[in-house]
Amino acid sequence: KVQGASDIISTVEFNHSGELLATGDKGGRVVIFQQEQENKTQSHSRGEYNVYSTFQSHEPEFDYLKSLEIEEKINKIRWLPQKNAAQFLLSTNDKTIKLWKISERDKRPEGYNLKEEDGRYRDPTTVTTLRVPVFRPMDLMVEASPRRIFANAHTYHINSISINSDYETYLSADDLRINLWHLEITDRSFNIVDIKPANMEELTEVITAAEFHPNSCNTFVYSSSKGTIRLCDMRASALCDRHSKLFEEPEDPSNRSFFSEIISSISDVKFSHSGRYMMTRDYLSVKIWDLNMENRPVETYQVHEYLRSKLCSLYENDCIFDKFECCWNGSDSIVMTGSYNNFFRMFDRNTKRDITLEASRENNKPRTVLKPRKVCASGKRKKDEISVDSLDFNKKILHTAWHPKENIIAVATTNNLYIFQDKMN
Amino acid sequence: MSAESPEPASADEQKEMEDKVISPEKAEEAKLKARYPHLGQKPGGSDFLRKRLQKGQKYFDSGDYNMAKAKMKNKQLPTAAPDKTEVTGDHIPTPQDLPQRKPSLVASKLAG
Repeated sequence: KVQGASDIISTVEFNHSGELLATGDKGGRVVIFQQEQENKTQSHSRGEYNVYSTFQSHEPEFDYLKSLEIEEKINKIRWLPQKNAAQFLLSTNDKTIKLWKISERDKRPEGYNLKEEDGRYRDPTTVTTLRVPVFRPMDLMVEASPRRIFANAHTYHINSISINSDYETYLSADDLRINLWHLEITDRSFNIVDIKPANMEELTEVITAAEFHPNSCNTFVYSSSKGTIRLCDMRASALCDRHSKLFEEPEDPSNRSFFSEIISSISDVKFSHSGRYMMTRDYLSVKIWDLNMENRPVETYQVHEYLRSKLCSLYENDCIFDKFECCWNGSDSIVMTGSYNNFFRMFDRNTKRDITLEASRENNKPRTVLKPRKVCASGKRKKDEISVDSLDFNKKILHTAWHPKENIIAVATTNNLYIFQDKMN
Repeated sequence: MSAESPEPASADEQKEMEDKVISPEKAEEAKLKARYPHLGQKPGGSDFLRKRLQKGQKYFDSGDYNMAKAKMKNKQLPTAAPDKTEVTGDHIPTPQDLPQRKPSLVASKLAG
C-alpha cells in the first residue's frame, strides 16, 4: 500500500481518565479513540475503543533561514486534566508545540428567522412571522481547534513535553535545552536548562527525555545520551544547570566497549504514579530508580539481552539508535516496554515474573488470549521459540501506553495500534 | 638452565582473549573494528551527536536554481515572466521551487 510512510505511529497516550487514547503519526495527524460506555448487559468485556476525532496537528515546514526541513511528525502528545466539557492536549513536532481543544457538539440551533436551514439568507419581505430559534439534537460532532501555538523557542529538536502538576505550566525539552512555558502565554518561555557547550566541538552529551515530577511542581528530571539522569529543583535557581541529584550507575571500566555509551543512552524516563520512583529505558534494559538513591537503580530488567551479541550488525543497520519508550501500570506494580519482531515485554515488580507477547494480526484474532513468546539466544531452539537471527528488526514496538486505572494497554507497531485488555472473569 | 615455562602472552593480549570469550559485547566490538578500521576513537562522541543535531538540514544552491531556470526557459515559450527571474547573483529563491514534501491529505489508516 502506498500510504505506508505517513501512517507510522510516533506516539501513544491515554488521557487522565483512560477514556480517551490519542495517537500521533509521522504525517502530523492525531487520531483520538474513545472507550465505549460500559454496556451493563455485556459485562464480560469493557468498552471498546472507537475513533472519536482525527485532525491534522502539524504540517511540514521549511526553515529558509537555516535550510532546515521541519518534519510534521508528532513526537509527543500529553493530555491536560479535564477542567470542563472540552478536552485539551498538547502535541509537538520537532519545533512547535500546540494546545488543541477537542469539544463536542451534539445540538444545533434551528428556526432562525432570517436564514434558511442551509444558511442562505431569506428575502426579508417573505418574513411574516417571528419565532424563537431552539436547540435541537444533532449527530455528535467532535471538533478540534488549535488554541495556542508555542513556536520559535527551540533551536534543536524537541524530544519531550511534560505538564506540571500545577496544571498551569509545562516544559519542553530539545537536545540541548529545556524551556518552561505557561499554558496561557505563547510569546514567552523561560529557559531552565542549557547544556550547550560554548564550543560545539566539546559536545559530548545531549538531553534525551525530560519529565516533571507528578506531585512536586518544582521538580523535574532529564536524561542524557550518556546514561545519566539529573533531578532539578526550580526553587534552587532560575537556570537549573546544576542538578540537585545525579543518578548514574557506575560502570566497570574493564567492560567498556565501543558500544557502551551508545547502549547506555536513555531513550525514555517516566516517574511512577506515586512519585517515589522513576523508570529509565536504555537500549537493552529497563531500570527502576528510587529517588532517594542516586548511585544505582533498585531494579534492573533485561528486555532483550540476547541482542548484546548482535551489536555490530545493529550498529550497521542503525537499530542500535532506536528509541524505545516504557510505561508503568496504574498501580506501579508492572512496567512495560517494546522490543523487536513486534514483541513487547512486561515485568511484574512484585513477583519478578516477566512475559513476552507479540502484537500481530496473523497470530491473534480479536478476543483470543495472547500466547507468551520466547526468544532463543543460541544453541538448540525449542519448539515455539524464535531464534535471534529470525527476528524482524523492522518490526519494532517503540511506543506503548497503559490505561491509568484498568488493565488495558495500547501497543503501537509501525503502522498499527493494538489495544489489549485483561481477560475478565 | 632456566625452569621458566615459555613466555606467556602479554597481559593485554591475554585479557583480550579472555574478553572475547567472556564478553559478547567485546567480540562485537572486534567485529566492528575489523570491518571499519577507521572508526573514530571516540565512540558515540561528538561526530555522532553533531550529526544528530543537524537532522533535517537541506541546502539550497542559488547557482543550481538559476541553471535549472535557464534550462526551463529554453524549453518553454517565454511567458510574461517578470524580469526578476532572469537576474543572476542576487536572486531570491521562491518557496514553490524548493523540494516540498507532499502535505498529508490522506486520512490516517487508523481513522478508516
